Amino acid sequence: MAVVFQRTNGLTEKPFHYCPGCTHGVIHRLVGEVLEELGVLGDTIGVAPVGCSVLAYDYFNCDMHEAAHGRAPAVATGIKRVHPDKVVFTYQGDGDLASIGTAEIIHVAHRAEKITTIFVNNAIYGMTGGQMAPTTLIGQKATTSPYGRDAAHSGMPLRVSEMMATITGAVFVERVSVDTPANIRKTKKAIKKAFEIQLEGKGFGIVEILSTCPTNWGLTPTESLTWLQENMIPYYPLGNFRTPEEAK
Amino acid sequence: MAKILMKGNEAIGAAAIKAGCKYFFGYPITPQNELPEFMSRELHKVGGCFVQAESEVSAINMVYGAAGAGARVMTSSSSPGIALKQEGISYIAGAELPCVIVNISRGGPGLGGIQPAQSDYFQSTRGGGNGDYRLLVFAPASLQEAVDCTMEAFDLADYYRNPVMVIGDGMIGQMMEPIEFNEPVKRELPEKDWATVGTKGARKPNIINSLALDPAELEKHNIKLQAKYKEMEENEVRYEMYNMEDAEVVMVSYGTTARIVKNAIAALKEEGINVGLIRPITLWPFPHKAFEEIPATTKALLSVEMSMGQMIDDVKIASSGRWPVHFYGRSGGMIPTPDAIANKVKEILGGAR
Ligand SMILES: Cc1ncc(C[n+]2csc(CCOP(=O)(O)OP(=O)(O)O)c2C)c(N)n1
Ligand code: SF4
Ligand SMILES: [Mg+2]
Repeated sequence: MAVVFQRTNGLTEKPFHYCPGCTHGVIHRLVGEVLEELGVLGDTIGVAPVGCSVLAYDYFNCDMHEAAHGRAPAVATGIKRVHPDKVVFTYQGDGDLASIGTAEIIHVAHRAEKITTIFVNNAIYGMTGGQMAPTTLIGQKATTSPYGRDAAHSGMPLRVSEMMATITGAVFVERVSVDTPANIRKTKKAIKKAFEIQLEGKGFGIVEILSTCPTNWGLTPTESLTWLQENMIPYYPLGNFRTPEEAK
Repeated sequence: MAKILMKGNEAIGAAAIKAGCKYFFGYPITPQNELPEFMSRELHKVGGCFVQAESEVSAINMVYGAAGAGARVMTSSSSPGIALKQEGISYIAGAELPCVIVNISRGGPGLGGIQPAQSDYFQSTRGGGNGDYRLLVFAPASLQEAVDCTMEAFDLADYYRNPVMVIGDGMIGQMMEPIEFNEPVKRELPEKDWATVGTKGARKPNIINSLALDPAELEKHNIKLQAKYKEMEENEVRYEMYNMEDAEVVMVSYGTTARIVKNAIAALKEEGINVGLIRPITLWPFPHKAFEEIPATTKALLSVEMSMGQMIDDVKIASSGRWPVHFYGRSGGMIPTPDAIANKVKEILGGAR
């Protein structure tokens, strides 16, 4: 009998704690599969964030380091400088990366650290109960934007990939989404490319992944996917913003 | 080995490298700049690496990563920068990782000034970071002591899996004195089998972490940490006692201030007044047991600090109400003079007679 689907060795046996329909789980699986397929699990050190994916250190089947909120790129820098021959990645939410950790993410790219960042943008602070994030969309209701985000009051949502693409050291920047099977496949390709670029020692790579938070969006899992398609993708266009010339 | 003349900040850097420090993450701030500058020149020569971080917050988190990855690693800063490092220090203590943190302190609060001060006593012994954690804190009074403390700090950090702080007022960083590098007493150091070096597919993943969502588990972790701190209190207290015989007043002072206090003691001696000194070399653990050796002749204690009065809290705790505790201090970069200290002693004795 042919095996058509099985657990990836890139993840541990530990059951996820994520809410039903949350796409953090899908993204974990993709990262795990890529690390397994590249054959680097035994040489990888991952850095977990503070956010809903704080327990990522229990899920990835490689050495892990749990960082303070927003500081994962700095922790990853410390690790990579000690072990330049290892694969080092951070996994971060939008509150973690685009708010409290902006200095760290800008400068990990600025120094062209050979690190890969998996950036999960769900336009909200999931873990703390649905507060507004820098990525929360105009009109989107959050517990700290109860009337919907207002540009005059809170500014326009931050487009991280576009910003990162202005930094020379960020050699790979791509925005993807996990809303459809086709997009999930593209996401996996982007993640793989980002890790390959790290392995080639080219510089810093970031994959921004549009993700859902059914719980705090107050939608069902399927409604969430539709909401992502109708609201997030138009403001956060998918695509590659930067690839090293020779890797194109 | 012949002694060499070095500036404090560079001597501390050289001592760190001699002790096997390979990685340094820092951010510029006066009066410690010669230390990261020295490391940027020297670390690559020993196969190590210096990175200038974008902030002290990032620098300490780079230390957190490197320490977790099994390296001997150090950072240095001065008071406001150390304030920014507190988050990372708390995480490093919580995750039980070894590292050395140097504070060449300056006057505060806020941006304060750039001249020597000892107003970071609370910051270093009470922790600016959150949670029940402790740092081993060395406060050298000379460059030789700074070098010795720094070299030993790396072993102690590895031994206890805990951050160790070396705090010198700006004077320690800026002055020049002859020094030599002496190997610290050898300790049996545990294997770093917890480090993130890659599983090689040969073991379960190592996880560096300070999170424990289960209250019972977190309490257990805290009890374990406390046991370790208790062991430090029993084994790592360092202090000097000076001129204690028949002392009428015992002064308590650390760092370069203690050197000025010794001058005051000499001057008072000429006037026939006997004054002793307890000089904590470790600020934490504080040398409580030194206070058991205070002679029956002592009428009062005097805490002398380059602050508005911080260590005095520990002096009061150690005195347990057995002696009145007085204070003399200057702050903001103003240095106490031997005369002023001697006058304070006379005032205390006048009052007591
Ligand atoms: C210094 C600090 N500030 C605030 C928090 C509280 N906190 C925990 S998770 C979080 C937001 C996480 O949001 P995000 O990064 O978007 O991740 P998500 O949960 O949405 O995946 C915050 C503010 C913290 N743990 N530490
Ligand atoms: S709160 Fe949102 S982001 Fe967090 S696990 Fe639940 S659905 Fe996912
Ligand atoms: Mg989020």
